[in-house]
Amino acid sequence: MQFLLALIVVGPLVGAVAALLPAPPGLKGKSPDQAVLRHGVTVTGVILLAAIVLALGFDHDHPSKMQATTDISWIPALDVRIHLGIDGISLPLLVLTALLTFLCALYSYFKMPTGPSPKAFVALILVLESGTLATFAVLDLLLFFLAFEMVLIPMYFLIARWGGAQRTQAAWKFILYTLLGSVVMLLGLLLIGLRAGTFDMVALATDNDRELSTSVQVIAVLAIGIGLAVKTPMWPLHSWLPDAHTAAPTVGSVLLAGVLLKMGTYGFVRILLPIAPDGMETFAPYLAALAVVGIIYGSLACLALARPGAKGDLKRLIAYSSVGHMGFVLLGISTMTPTGVNGALFANIAHGLITGLLFFLVGALKDRTGTSDLDTLAKESGAALYGKAPRLGGLLAFGAVASLGLPGLAGFWGEMLALFGAFKPADDLSRPAFLTFMAIAAFGTLLTAAYMLIVVRRVCMGPTATVQEAPRLADVQGYEFAAWTPLVALTVLAGLWPAALLGLTDPAVQQLLAGGKS
Amino acid sequence: MIAAESTASLIQSVDWVAVAPPTIVAVVGLVVLVADLFLSERNKHLLGWISLTGLVAAGLFLLPLTGSGAGRSTFCLSGPRATACSYTVDEFTLVIQLLVIGGALLTALLSLTALKDARNADKELPEGEYWFLLLSSAAGAALLPASRDLATLVVALEVASLPAFALVGLKRGDKRSSEAALKFFLSSVTATAVTLLGVSFVYAATGTMHLTELGEKLGNVDGQLDTLAQTGVVLTLVGFAFKVAAVPFHFWVPDTYVGAPLPVAAYLSVVGKAVGFTGLILVTVVAFPEYADVWGPALAALAALTMTIGNVAALRQQPTRAYSAVRLLAWSSVGQAGYLLVPIAAAGYADRHTDVLETTGATVAYALMYAAVNLGAFAVAALVGRTQKLNRVSDYRGLYAKSPLSALVLAFFLLCLAGLPPGIIGLFAKVTVFSTAVDAGLGWLAVVMAANVVIALYYYLQWTALLFRAPAGEPAKHHVPAPLTAAIAVTAVLGVALSGAPQLVLQFAEHGVR
Repeated sequence: MQFLLALIVVGPLVGAVAALLPAPPGLKGKSPDQAVLRHGVTVTGVILLAAIVLALGFDHDHPSKMQATTDISWIPALDVRIHLGIDGISLPLLVLTALLTFLCALYSYFKMPTGPSPKAFVALILVLESGTLATFAVLDLLLFFLAFEMVLIPMYFLIARWGGAQRTQAAWKFILYTLLGSVVMLLGLLLIGLRAGTFDMVALATDNDRELSTSVQVIAVLAIGIGLAVKTPMWPLHSWLPDAHTAAPTVGSVLLAGVLLKMGTYGFVRILLPIAPDGMETFAPYLAALAVVGIIYGSLACLALARPGAKGDLKRLIAYSSVGHMGFVLLGISTMTPTGVNGALFANIAHGLITGLLFFLVGALKDRTGTSDLDTLAKESGAALYGKAPRLGGLLAFGAVASLGLPGLAGFWGEMLALFGAFKPADDLSRPAFLTFMAIAAFGTLLTAAYMLIVVRRVCMGPTATVQEAPRLADVQGYEFAAWTPLVALTVLAGLWPAALLGLTDPAVQQLLAGGKS
Repeated sequence: MIAAESTASLIQSVDWVAVAPPTIVAVVGLVVLVADLFLSERNKHLLGWISLTGLVAAGLFLLPLTGSGAGRSTFCLSGPRATACSYTVDEFTLVIQLLVIGGALLTALLSLTALKDARNADKELPEGEYWFLLLSSAAGAALLPASRDLATLVVALEVASLPAFALVGLKRGDKRSSEAALKFFLSSVTATAVTLLGVSFVYAATGTMHLTELGEKLGNVDGQLDTLAQTGVVLTLVGFAFKVAAVPFHFWVPDTYVGAPLPVAAYLSVVGKAVGFTGLILVTVVAFPEYADVWGPALAALAALTMTIGNVAALRQQPTRAYSAVRLLAWSSVGQAGYLLVPIAAAGYADRHTDVLETTGATVAYALMYAAVNLGAFAVAALVGRTQKLNRVSDYRGLYAKSPLSALVLAFFLLCLAGLPPGIIGLFAKVTVFSTAVDAGLGWLAVVMAANVVIALYYYLQWTALLFRAPAGEPAKHHVPAPLTAAIAVTAVLGVALSGAPQLVLQFAEHGVR
């Protein structure tokens, strides 16, 4: 088991190095480009298989227990240990990451984004995968920081080299914002580690009697929280996200929304909640307030973008909707109750699946029509995608209703549980405040429904006349089906059978909130 | 009886093994100077190889001093004060000597190519003088970490710096070079004068030069002499602050680096800085611990200023300006000097002696990392400078297409300096420095440093990104000389090995350098 987890973390890194080397004889393929793209699919496929085997071998009766653990000393000077392990909280994220990266590699194999050689592209995707998987698998604060930083350089180059218009500025904005956040986070992590005498997350989480005074906790939560909030992103630290998403290539957007944002919220649950509960309690109302502002702000921004004549970009719109969705996740976390945190983790996964799918769909739409500008697409009356490419239109409508939280699909449960959590927050938190937040957030879901339906109305529907005049668009291709079907299936599955996921997270969350005592 | 005793106190037995490393370097320097007179023009290139061999030999002579050999002292006072020695070999000495000799060795590798190119281009550098000056400076730098009294310290500092002025001005007929040398010389001499004044004050107040004795005696200085001692401490530190190019003593750096031959700039940026930091650590931590409340905050402020001004200036470099690559490395080295100062400042806030050792160990660890990757970056700059005489940052555009390996290696070095993965050693060295600041309660300094790390990332990453852009012209393959390849390979292997096992250098931050 532990070898499997080590393989999952290190494998992509080895694959990245191998991608830079010339292909060995026998694996040359049709051309060097094709060979290296195939290499990417193979490596991510193997990692996905390993992740699935790991999930199957996971002891589902004890999801709160750290499993497949490795614990080797690496840098005694800094007390850094290579401590890996998974529990019910990290396992779903690990599998989601492996899945999305594999789908991205598969998609790129058939539809390589325009830019320089695919060699570097594949290597960067693999480094990115290794960094994100490591973030979810490590149990050492400094290693977590290392993994957190590891994704910056690959993502920067993915946006700056394979992106669309304004990519250079967007890439800079992305890396400077997140780095500024993460160095502040490092200070917080060091403060905790030095005061408590260990950087081990498990030890820190199970023993709350360490000498972490409330003031230390408050400072640490503030510092770490800023770093994580930039990544999540939380309003008002979100402004890098829309630019990065708009400029990034399809695959970059999918990974950014589907995986990278989760690193922020995962950090909240894994580090702040158990290790600095007192500090978290101080900031929980503020976090919730900002989360709720994010929900409303994201929805209003989307409504403004969806308006006719606003020159709204679809990718930008989905990016803003991410701000709103991540607001629900943060609201759930800030309630500090099992219900809320479970909801947050569920919404995390759901957002990864649904927004990943939406970015794929918009990317495909952009490839076909050459634009993702809503006004250009829809003209006055609507793009009539149902008529031009019925399957694509149907999938887009599916993604939209899943995103707005239709019961029966994945988007519903997470947000509902987060709202439930806010209805009855932890005992020490002010209930009236959270009731207000809940009411505002609930209003946010209405706004979400409004803009999503406007998008469906403008992109998918339209007068039949346009369908007859305009050339038909290529409908969903085979490889696109292959890349999207898993996301659709999982969205439905998570919507109909939420217990599969909640059964994993709930015991782990209970233990985390109880300070390691289950 | 009396006669015998007095001869015993007059004749000292010198531990030659202990003093071997700096001595060998100095002797080889003299050999080169003499050999220069007898070698024909054709055979001058042998001088380089003699120097190289001498440096390797000096490095090998560090080996018998490790392990049980450590803790030797020589040139001690006789009689009741026999504990006070002028030359001590301990772990700290050995590590810094390794850094100095290794840095000089890499500089020598770069110089071999630079001198050969200069010969071929008829802009000859005087080889005999060049090697003699380089080795003399290295000898002084190797002596410095072992010196344990203020006089030896100042002498070593001057032996390390004086040849450096001449090295900077060695490009004959180059106006910029002579101007740089003059700038460097004048500001450095002023600093030395100030240091000497400070040393004399301290001596007047305490009556001793030995660092360990100073540490004890400064605690109970006569009340009337207290101001004198305090002034002395501050003035002494000023001289060392100049050597590390701390703000406001930094303005000589960019012009000097651009004017000097490139290997000399690399030498100054690493060995020159190491010398300054060693002196600073010895003086502050060993000699002046009593005045920690004076130099602690002063160094903290100095560190914050140095890193901010260095990084902001590096940020403002135009990539198309002539010599902007060297200029950028020069300014970034000022910024890095700021990070190196942080642990020394934090040592001023430590309560126990072991904490002091641990925090200054962080400086040593960071300096080792910095030495390896900065020399590597200079080596690649030297490689590019062979074809692109102006050495602008914009000349690095598309380096990946021309020579993929050197581009990847330079990217790795730059990311190490920035402290981002894959430059893991750079990241953890910065983490160590951060942790000393956090541990000492210098939260504001840590925040300033955090902001600086982000500024620095901008220009390092900009340069890195440029390497992988499509080249402007047709890539021209060119021959890479063997010494340069060796220098790049050694630094790259060091960087990668340290990234895999950061413990190799970070151990000094763990148990301190004693």
